[in-house]
Amino acid sequence: MADTQIKDAFVEFERVQKSYDGENLVVKDLNLALPKGEFLTMLGPSGSGKTTCLMMLAGFETATYGDIRLDGVSINNIPPHKRGIGMVFQNYALFPHMTIAENLAFPLEVRRIGKSEREKKVRRALDMVEMGEFGGRRPAQLSGGQQQRVALARALVFEPELVLMDEPLGALDKQLREKMQFEITHLAHQLGITTVYVTHDQTEALTMSDRVAVFDDGRIQQLAPPDRLYEAPENSFVAQFIGENNTLEGVVTEIRGQTCVVKLDDGEVIDAVPVNVSAVGERTRVSIRPERVEYNKERMQEGAHTLKAKVLEFIYMGDIFRTRLSVAGNDEFIIKTRNAPDQERLRPGQEIEIGWMAEDCRALDA
Amino acid sequence: MTDTAQEPMLAADGRPLKQSLARALRRQKTRALLMIAPLLLFVMLTFVIPILSMLMRSVENAIVPDTLPGTVAALSAWDASSGRAPDEVVYRHLFIDLFKAAEAKEHTKLGTRLNYEQTGQSSLFRTSGRKLDDLAEPYQDAIEDISPDFKEAAFWYELMSGEDGSALLAQRRDLWNALVGEELSGEAGFMPSAQIAQLLPWTARAYTDFALWSALVKNDTVAEERPWEAVYAALAMDLEDPAKRQAIADYDGAGAAQLQALAAAQSDLPAVRLREGFIELNRSWGEPRIWTTIKLYSPRYTPGYFLNAVDMQLSPDGAEAKPENQQIYTQLFKRTLIMALIITGSCILLGYPVAWILANLPARTANVLMILVLLPFWTSLLVRTSAWKVLLQQQGVINEILVWLGFVDDANRLVLMNNATGTVIAMTHILLPFMILPLYSVMKTIPPSYLRAAKSLGATNWTAFRRVYFPQSVPGIGAGSILVFILAIGYYITPEIVGGTSGVFISNRIAYHISSSLNWGLAAALGTILLVVVLALYWLYDRIVGIDNVKLGG
Ligand SMILES: Nc1ncnc2c1ncn2[C@@H]1O[C@H](COP(=O)(O)OP(=O)(O)OP(=O)(O)O)[C@@H](O)[C@H]1O
Ligand SMILES: [Mg+2]
Repeated sequence: MADTQIKDAFVEFERVQKSYDGENLVVKDLNLALPKGEFLTMLGPSGSGKTTCLMMLAGFETATYGDIRLDGVSINNIPPHKRGIGMVFQNYALFPHMTIAENLAFPLEVRRIGKSEREKKVRRALDMVEMGEFGGRRPAQLSGGQQQRVALARALVFEPELVLMDEPLGALDKQLREKMQFEITHLAHQLGITTVYVTHDQTEALTMSDRVAVFDDGRIQQLAPPDRLYEAPENSFVAQFIGENNTLEGVVTEIRGQTCVVKLDDGEVIDAVPVNVSAVGERTRVSIRPERVEYNKERMQEGAHTLKAKVLEFIYMGDIFRTRLSVAGNDEFIIKTRNAPDQERLRPGQEIEIGWMAEDCRALDA
Repeated sequence: MTDTAQEPMLAADGRPLKQSLARALRRQKTRALLMIAPLLLFVMLTFVIPILSMLMRSVENAIVPDTLPGTVAALSAWDASSGRAPDEVVYRHLFIDLFKAAEAKEHTKLGTRLNYEQTGQSSLFRTSGRKLDDLAEPYQDAIEDISPDFKEAAFWYELMSGEDGSALLAQRRDLWNALVGEELSGEAGFMPSAQIAQLLPWTARAYTDFALWSALVKNDTVAEERPWEAVYAALAMDLEDPAKRQAIADYDGAGAAQLQALAAAQSDLPAVRLREGFIELNRSWGEPRIWTTIKLYSPRYTPGYFLNAVDMQLSPDGAEAKPENQQIYTQLFKRTLIMALIITGSCILLGYPVAWILANLPARTANVLMILVLLPFWTSLLVRTSAWKVLLQQQGVINEILVWLGFVDDANRLVLMNNATGTVIAMTHILLPFMILPLYSVMKTIPPSYLRAAKSLGATNWTAFRRVYFPQSVPGIGAGSILVFILAIGYYITPEIVGGTSGVFISNRIAYHISSSLNWGLAAALGTILLVVVLALYWLYDRIVGIDNVKLGG
């Protein structure tokens, strides 16, 4: 995990462990470092420890073991209210008994900022999220999306250097969510804030982040920029979790530097990139992205490995066609093709030949 | 129909939309009403009506005009500020009224009633009622000496009977009904003669009273009963009037001869001097203040109980404050309010942290602790209060421990009981659950993320609590305070047991008047004032805090 060690890290988790009950580790050996200005997303299934990490960083939970540093200072030595971390909660946590303007003024008041300056900052923050006219309302009088923006404005109004967001868009509908995704990234980059963002929506993670940390079972399974994560998953969990993925199971029969040979369970032999396999005879899962599989002979690249397949189902999805095949004993093999004018629409029962390049085919842990 | 035609909105069937909606809603409303009807009826019958009738007692005063109808009427001409007792005629009415009341044994009740306003009245009425016969006897003896026929029951009956007396009969019957407080049933078996009633008004009235009493209550035959002594006295009063004696000469009805003989020998009858008679029975009858009291309390409705309840009294010049040493109720009201406020305050102080801990514990632990909070409800109130007695006594557990620890000197042990301290301690304990429960249920609904949000925004623990958590828990405080305050202000058992004299509430006084002194009117007036004070405070609370700011949960 070479890329967790960064020279002038702003936020650093070092060998952090966390247990609530003294029996189970919710977070196991977490190492993470992010530089100033980075937008990092924690992505993972429910219960994988994302919120726990965020809470430790914000100071509402203490690490059972290990050290968390903020700008080089161990966070245990700074009480929560002195950390200067802006936080957007999953349910927004806007104070219901205060107006929007009062909510925004709250962090400024406790910092003893003068009235005129306070008002100026509140106005600026509200304008920033285009909520200028709503200052006099109560949170209950706003829609979910509006509340979300206010929560964001409140987390930013006191100009924190680090902002934590715990699934802030979880309650919004798809369209609004996409709009807000854009607005949040835009704001974060514009203001140069370091952001730790938690979500279990992989699209959100991929579109918004500089880097994504994929969590599972209390560990970071992979920490990489979105494209690397998608194209070069380091283990089968990440491959499965991010995007759609086809897996074929088999045994490694040969490893030659950057390629290996895998004998699939039905006897077929294919070439793959060895990512997570180290020895001959090991079981492996070979991962291929659906859009890297080709069945049209004319488009197939030179040197592609071909296999026989049977069409089970054809799904029309508008921009793409999604076809389910039976390949080497796997009935859930998916291929995706662009809805181009010359694209053939496959019919169930049709016997075809599919092919892919060996470098798109990654041999991962079983 | 013309203006419904102007209604812009019409339903599908052409009726105005408003009407259709009202019709649709009416069925719902009727159903809702039918569903609550049994409870409504139950509450009306067992709660509202008794309370209203109880409250009516706070102004009701019918007993005075009902017992002394003639006296009250005659007294209206008397000037209370003259400084002297009324004239003979008032005493004559008093004699007749009191005689009747004594026959029906109602005079002691009036004595008790007037005793509330002026001590001594009770025994005055009781003793006087017993000796009224003595006052009348001289007249009876003299009349019977002149004409022995007046000894005969049948003669009297014949003399007084006649025609057209139904108006008098009905009037006297109504007075009896009012006096005994029920509708007397049955036939009188007697019709007064209108002619005699004109000729001998006192006698006719007294005899009719007697006849009704014999027939309706005693179930005797009137013609066989000798009249009351009072009837003879009444006859003597009638005969004193020369104009009436003149008229008797022209009378030719039944018993005319005997009556004329009596009129001729009138000078042999002792003069009717009931004023002196009464004063001889009891000197108090000659004092103007007795008559002032009767006159002040002669209307059917009186503000007297209410004035009493605020330490004032009626006087001929209107309401005035009672002498300083008789003032107790305003003091007691004030104390009740202040102590209820103190109890509410201590419940908030003690209950808030407990509710906070309960709301922030894991559900399982919280449930166990909640049982501890509710535990007091499982033991009888009396047992709990008595337990406090054991704890608070000067030789009690708390004092023993303090002495043993050396905090308190053995010689001056703390007086924790039979005073306000005892009441506050015991009642705070007893009412605490009523504060904790609403607080808990409100706090349960405040997500912990608010406090976290406040802290992440830079607030210290204290600021986060004060600015964010506390305001959201205020509805719980409001609900708890209203509950505790209203329960406290009407509490009775606990102050009675541990309160001593300086720790009792107004309710203890009300209970005393209901069960011991039997002055229900004053109890009702005190109760009404308490009710009004609570409603006024509730209104004030609504104005200041807002009643929609009160939550019992959710
Ligand atoms: N206060 C707590 N006490 C005990 N266990 C807890 C507590 N908070 C979380 N956990 C446990 O820790 C684990 C991780 O929880 P966490 O909230 O960090 O998950 P998450 O990744 O944020 O999940 P989600 O995506 O559903 O929000 C879960 O198994 C959860 O049950
Ligand atoms: Mg979470």
